Amino acid sequence: MAKDTIQYVTAPKVDESRKKYCRFRKNGIKYIDYKDANFLLKFINDQGKVLPRRLTGTSLKFQRKVAQAVKRARHIGLLPYVTDSLK
Amino acid sequence: MQQYETVIILTPLLSEEAVKEALTKFNKLMTDNGAEIVHEDNWGLKKLAYPIQKKTTGYYHLTTFKAPGEFINKLEVEYRRDERIMRFLTVSLDKHALAFSEKKRSGAFNKKQETKIEEVAK
Repeated sequence: MAKDTIQYVTAPKVDESRKKYCRFRKNGIKYIDYKDANFLLKFINDQGKVLPRRLTGTSLKFQRKVAQAVKRARHIGLLPYVTDSLK
Repeated sequence: MQQYETVIILTPLLSEEAVKEALTKFNKLMTDNGAEIVHEDNWGLKKLAYPIQKKTTGYYHLTTFKAPGEFINKLEVEYRRDERIMRFLTVSLDKHALAFSEKKRSGAFNKKQETKIEEVAK
């Protein structure tokens, strides 16, 4: 069944993922506002959980600030603690 | 005199003047104890992300003020005592937070989404 094997002329660039960067250091953002819910939505998945650094690429210092901001936003009812379809 | 920021959520069952009366009561408490209110912000009635005390909406109010440290405990005891307040959160502001709230108040963010602006120059 040689026909099934497809030979690419050049290697398929599938896993060439672009370099992740910390958006806070790049844009020079110094303070993450816990009151701004729709900004924090970018850092939680659709169950309302905080996204890990390996996905968002943020540095450790700002990941802690993001986590704290999300927890504060949850406390004052801007973000849910757990939900099934947030976005 | 540290600068603090507190968010209060009042029950939605209150009438307009009951809300005003509650807010003025706390403002008076602050000014009596030597705190100085820098800025007040009313978000009005907002939907909560999850029901608090069986209610799905709440009346949000944000107060930024300068106060001596030991006053915060007294303030929070008053918040806990007052049953009109469903939830409160008091946060101390560091220099980045201060710079951020000044910029927000001066409307520096209004032209573009606040998180996308370049603060490199400052």
